[in-house]
Amino acid sequence: MVSADLTLVLPEILLAVYAMVMLLVAVYTSKDGLASTLLWMTAAVMAALGLWIATTGEGSATAFNGMLILDGFSRFAKVTILLSAAAVLIMSEGYMKARDLLRFEYPLLVALSAVGMMVMVSAGDLMALYMGLELQSLALYVVASLRRDSVKSTEAGLKYFVLGALSSGLLLYGASLVYGYAGTTLFSGIIETAQHGEVSLGLLFGLVFLISGMAFKVSAVPFHMWTPDVYEGSPTPVTAFFATAPKVAAMGLFARVLHDAFGNAVSDWSQIVALLSVLSMFLGAVAAIGQSNIKRLMAFSSIAHMGYALMGLAAGTVLGVQAMLIYMAIYVTMNVGTFAFILMMEKDGQPVTDIASLNMYAKREPGKALAMLVLLFSLAGVPPMLGFFGKFYVLRAAYEADLAWLAIAGVIASVIGAYYYLRIVFFMYFGDESQEGLDSGGSTTVLWGFLMASAAIMVLGIVNMFGVESAAAAAAATLVN
Amino acid sequence: MDNLLSIVTFIPAMAALILAVFLRGDDEAANRNAKWLAMAATSMTFLVSLFILAEFDPNDTGFQFVEQAPWLLGLQYKMGVDGISVLFVMLTTFMMPLVIAASWNVETRVKEYMIAFLLLETLMLGVFMALDLVLFYLFFEAGLIPMFLIIGIWGGANRIYASFKFFLYTFLGSVLMLVAMVGMFADAGTTDIEVLLNHQFAFETFSIAGVTIVGGLQTLLFIAFFASFAVKMPMWPVHTWLPDAHVQAPTAGSVVLAAILLKMGGYGFLRFSLPMFPVGSEVMTPLVLWMSAIAIVYTSLVALVQEDMKKLIAYSSVAHMGFVTMGIFAANQQGVDGAIFQMISHGFISGALFLCVGVIYDRMHTRDIDAYGGLVNRMPAYALIFMLFTMANVGLPGTSGFVGEFLTLMAVFQVNTWVAAVATTGVIFSAAYALWLYRRVVMGDLIKESLRSITDMTPRERWIFAPLVVMTLLLGVYPALVLDITGPAVAALVGNYDTALAAAEAASQLASN
Repeated sequence: MVSADLTLVLPEILLAVYAMVMLLVAVYTSKDGLASTLLWMTAAVMAALGLWIATTGEGSATAFNGMLILDGFSRFAKVTILLSAAAVLIMSEGYMKARDLLRFEYPLLVALSAVGMMVMVSAGDLMALYMGLELQSLALYVVASLRRDSVKSTEAGLKYFVLGALSSGLLLYGASLVYGYAGTTLFSGIIETAQHGEVSLGLLFGLVFLISGMAFKVSAVPFHMWTPDVYEGSPTPVTAFFATAPKVAAMGLFARVLHDAFGNAVSDWSQIVALLSVLSMFLGAVAAIGQSNIKRLMAFSSIAHMGYALMGLAAGTVLGVQAMLIYMAIYVTMNVGTFAFILMMEKDGQPVTDIASLNMYAKREPGKALAMLVLLFSLAGVPPMLGFFGKFYVLRAAYEADLAWLAIAGVIASVIGAYYYLRIVFFMYFGDESQEGLDSGGSTTVLWGFLMASAAIMVLGIVNMFGVESAAAAAAATLVN
Repeated sequence: MDNLLSIVTFIPAMAALILAVFLRGDDEAANRNAKWLAMAATSMTFLVSLFILAEFDPNDTGFQFVEQAPWLLGLQYKMGVDGISVLFVMLTTFMMPLVIAASWNVETRVKEYMIAFLLLETLMLGVFMALDLVLFYLFFEAGLIPMFLIIGIWGGANRIYASFKFFLYTFLGSVLMLVAMVGMFADAGTTDIEVLLNHQFAFETFSIAGVTIVGGLQTLLFIAFFASFAVKMPMWPVHTWLPDAHVQAPTAGSVVLAAILLKMGGYGFLRFSLPMFPVGSEVMTPLVLWMSAIAIVYTSLVALVQEDMKKLIAYSSVAHMGFVTMGIFAANQQGVDGAIFQMISHGFISGALFLCVGVIYDRMHTRDIDAYGGLVNRMPAYALIFMLFTMANVGLPGTSGFVGEFLTLMAVFQVNTWVAAVATTGVIFSAAYALWLYRRVVMGDLIKESLRSITDMTPRERWIFAPLVVMTLLLGVYPALVLDITGPAVAALVGNYDTALAAAEAASQLASN
């Protein structure tokens, strides 16, 4: 029995064992001298595991008496998490090396947090949920303050830690209430208790606290306060990582809890999620307008994007979950490309994050500027880019779940949001030629490759989305029943 | 030639791709190559599109040359034309080579410029051919991106304000349409326009939050679509983006905007609003008719006091689009025929007028009316051509401008005499501003020192105007060229509209009994 369970979670075990073994190896050998190799190795291991999960494994199964659920939904989320984490890791090498930040712990911490994320999206029990979440978070707190000699970076790590601990507290409090009123921590047990119309007040309180804790992890308004500061303070590759894999994991966890544990009480949580969604979309759109730092801007942009993904979740239907998964896959792809671009923003060899420094970038680097243009319009949700289709899916899900008001609010927020993406285009294309701009050339092929690939996916993906649509549909079908 | 429509649509995009990938360098030769490639591509598009016209059967009121393939999420890639859309396709392919020719003097970032215009052509053609809601929306919205860049990069002094205003204004208009489309998808289970044209959306009156909505879902959908098309058209009072965009856009950008992009709103009304939401249209008709009448009179008066030539012509465009919406919502044969005719004719005339401004702007680099005067002394050929298009703009019989205005006025007279009466005064105002503009710019003595050395039109400029002159006069004396093609399709549209309204009437009476 146990051996059968272990086979099911083999990818998680392999990744965890790999990380720990390599940690020992690195400590007893050349330490940071090994960092570059480790980084590539970790990326390769994660990418290989991602492809392995993508190509094998069928049907649904539970392990450890229901503690972990391995189904199409968790596979879809894991593949997205592992591939995006590997991509971000590869992108970060040049930047980290140039700034002497490339320590051997970095790739291994990322790997450990990826293990945490994999557990999160598979969690079938409140305990497993918390274990995964904390494993992920602890690794993230450390990488946020990776640049030890920078006040901003340590501030980011500390802020993230304190607020993260607060949210964990909320989550645990909610979990204990749910346990108290449902008598079990297993999702399969909770869903029996939480039938619609007979959800007890205590269970409802528990649910609200759980949602608050998870909303913090997806940085949904009003639990978003940490996001801009952490995004700004962390080294840029770490920010890129924050913006991608953990968001998918947190969103996957969100969907998992809502549907697996409270799937019979959709109407009880749908309005809460809808409210989080509408607040996130508007705050993300409005607050980003005043930003001059592109990392802060991307923080607000990700808050807004989480609002759209939550819109799919608020629908509480199969289509809603499918829309959310597709939205997250597209969002992650766009962000990988955008951060590849941000990592290339340098002036005299120093990283620059000021938007105004992009002045007339299109003149010096037409190819990269064009790719960024595509990504920005995709982020704004303007057709024909893939970002539009992500929005279309969630709008449809919301409309069909009688949340037409949410759909209307969403499109209005997207118009407001379009303004700040256009502002970047404005600097890149319409600027003043006399002023000095960023360095041109000199960027690594890796970053260039990710930027171009991401932009190409945004354009070519509209043909058939590379099969992600059917995969997401299958994944959503296994979650919602 | 099963894929004729796709071929026509994507030739310009292919050329743009070739330019983007293969053309290197920034020198004279590269610029020349970019121009010639763009010219070749747009000309070829026009020539191939002539096959569409040649093989088009006006008496078949259904869609022709239909192509269909499955797409994401149950959407389809479906293209096709009917009597209503085919002429817009032709207008687009006809105007684009002229637009490229008019851009021959562009010197900054020529390659990007040509790519933007070529992509824009693909997207505009797609709008008129798409037979899937989301595909239509995709083309409709994507056109904003190249136009935003065209205004923002190659525009005038205040181009940044204008480009942002253009983008955000039109974007806000269309996102509501997107929600409505999602709603239609949910209601009908398909996004196929051909099927939706025969789908009946609910029109039972209901109330939301105490507000009674006559015509129910149809009215709501109508309003959402109206928000988009009215902005695009543009109708008073949401027209304010147009003068800004026109003034700041480069000449070729203004021509495309006036000749083709504005027609998307009118086309949208004919493709979606009237046939799909007949009850909603009926409910909203009085409002739309009065908005049109106000637009005609008000914007004509505003045009009268403009100092800037382009702004004046922009306001005159809004007024002429007022005739179009009036004709469409008169919802009878003359009205819709006249509206389509007016749109086609306005495409030629306003395009030509913006080119006329471009000719002297290229020489003097100012659009102030005060900076000119007495041009007839140095530029006789220009004076002649400008006069022809001024008269066509006024609606002089014998030019195409007359037919459209006359038909729409006649149509609306049968529906609402007061609106017709108000709108007719607009004809007089339009004569006033257009003739006064002409007098101030062209007539009189040449007293401005700076104009002493101005030269008449070059052969290239004359050749650009030649096709426009021919079309304006030809359609003016022989309007059947257009009306024969649109006639049967419009008759079917109007017939279906009346049937649907009668059925709705009967249903509501049945319900009240």
